[in-house]
Amino acid sequence: MRRLIKVGVNMKRLMNITPSRSTSVFLTLLPFIILILVYWTASDARLAENANDKLLPSFSQISAAIERMAFTENKRTGEYLFWQDSSASLYRILLGITISAAVGLIFGLFNGLLPVLRSGLSPLITIISLIPPMAILPILFITFGLDELAKVMLIIIGTAPVIMRDMQAQVQQIPSEQLIKAQTLGASTWLVAIRVVLPQIMPKLLASMRLSLGAAWLFLIAAEAIAAQEGLGYRIFLVRRYMAMDVILPYVAAITFFAFTMDFSLKKISQICFPWYHQQESGK
Amino acid sequence: MSFLQIKNLWKSYGQTQVLERLNLTVEQGEFVSMVGASGCGKSTLLKMILGSEFATKGEILLEGKPLSTEPDAERGIVFQKYSVFPHMTVLKNVMAADEFTAAKFFGRSFGEQRKKIQKKAESFIEAVGLAPAISKYPHQLSGGMQQRLAIAQALMKAPKILLLDEPFGALDPGIRADMHVLIRDIWQKNKLTIFMVTHDIKEGFELGSRLWVFDKVKHDPQAPSAFGAQVTYDLQLNHGGTQPNAEELAAKFSAN
Repeated sequence: MRRLIKVGVNMKRLMNITPSRSTSVFLTLLPFIILILVYWTASDARLAENANDKLLPSFSQISAAIERMAFTENKRTGEYLFWQDSSASLYRILLGITISAAVGLIFGLFNGLLPVLRSGLSPLITIISLIPPMAILPILFITFGLDELAKVMLIIIGTAPVIMRDMQAQVQQIPSEQLIKAQTLGASTWLVAIRVVLPQIMPKLLASMRLSLGAAWLFLIAAEAIAAQEGLGYRIFLVRRYMAMDVILPYVAAITFFAFTMDFSLKKISQICFPWYHQQESGK
Repeated sequence: MSFLQIKNLWKSYGQTQVLERLNLTVEQGEFVSMVGASGCGKSTLLKMILGSEFATKGEILLEGKPLSTEPDAERGIVFQKYSVFPHMTVLKNVMAADEFTAAKFFGRSFGEQRKKIQKKAESFIEAVGLAPAISKYPHQLSGGMQQRLAIAQALMKAPKILLLDEPFGALDPGIRADMHVLIRDIWQKNKLTIFMVTHDIKEGFELGSRLWVFDKVKHDPQAPSAFGAQVTYDLQLNHGGTQPNAEELAAKFSAN
């Protein structure tokens, strides 16, 4: 009995136990190792039964596919398919999300700051943001044609209204004391916008872009699947006809890697450019 | 002609009468402390002087002219909190005050002009005792230091009127005493006209040269919001001597 109580005293609650640095690294890697092992065993088992099985290709089959797609020149066009697809997709998504962010920032900022503009535009933006972008994809294809513009437009229509609404809300969150203070220091509406409001919502814009990236990739791949001549999404849906899992899996991994890199870069940019914001947030 | 005249001022929100029949005049260089129960309209009056709220009836004249209907550089303000810019360092916060008027398009100054503004800003930062924290961001400052910063910002514009809206309400007693010394010093050196709203009646007595007590004169038990508050006591405070009414009044209000 005595012993039990003693253990109870020494043992911290589970919620208070934090892993050491090395344990933490190990815990991070563990699920990935388990996933790879599970895949490897399952793939091995299926291939042992039927060597032509396509569902779970072996690692050597996958690496052969990577070699073929990314490091072998296409005999007909002289291009490397994977890099061609990647650059096409990255161009579309970066252009789309950048335009979205710019539009979202400008409209969000002035909508949040100027009641006159807000009463005119806010309901419209709310309604536009509720239109399912995929439902108007045919309209985009009809009006903007089947090339780049329609795909970029889909990303913009899908993400800009959300960013806009978020920015407007963030501007309205700025304490009115600050806006009044700026006026008593002689600032015009324009200066309040660019020197008081803009710097404070920039980190929020980057956060909003990070959250919108998921949706942006979704719209990109959907648009590419329906009408394109190149692109990561296009390729995946093309090779699906041959059940080429050895191509699909590395393509999905590549998309994930690009998405992760973009997310990580936005986070780093925010931390480097707006240190005051991140310190303030972590201090809360 | 008086510096600031409040002429038959009424303020109501819908059916709720907040202030009524205010007739007051203030001379340049006075330090008016406004005290009273919560919701008695003292902050509302401050906001009307500031230009962020408007009278329902009556008017406020500054040097004989009606007050501008939006906040401007004539009237400085220090709120209880949130009145500094979190994305600027102490120096930038204070410099912004002059940059807003010096650079109409970018709101930033360069070269000689920048040096001049920086020098002026540094002198005010020095005056409020923030020199050691000049390159810090507001979130790195304590509550008292943030208020010092807000005061330095306001002083940059040499406002005709400085408005303080419960400026020390969120501070520790020790820090508050330091701030009292600072604000009295600034008031005398800069010959400011100050209006301060406070919950702390002792603070009101200690700081001001004049004290306004806000209270309702008439009550209708059936309709508590039918009558607004008025200034029931308007006391000239002469510091140094004894305050005959003060003790009694302080006792009355601290009992509430």
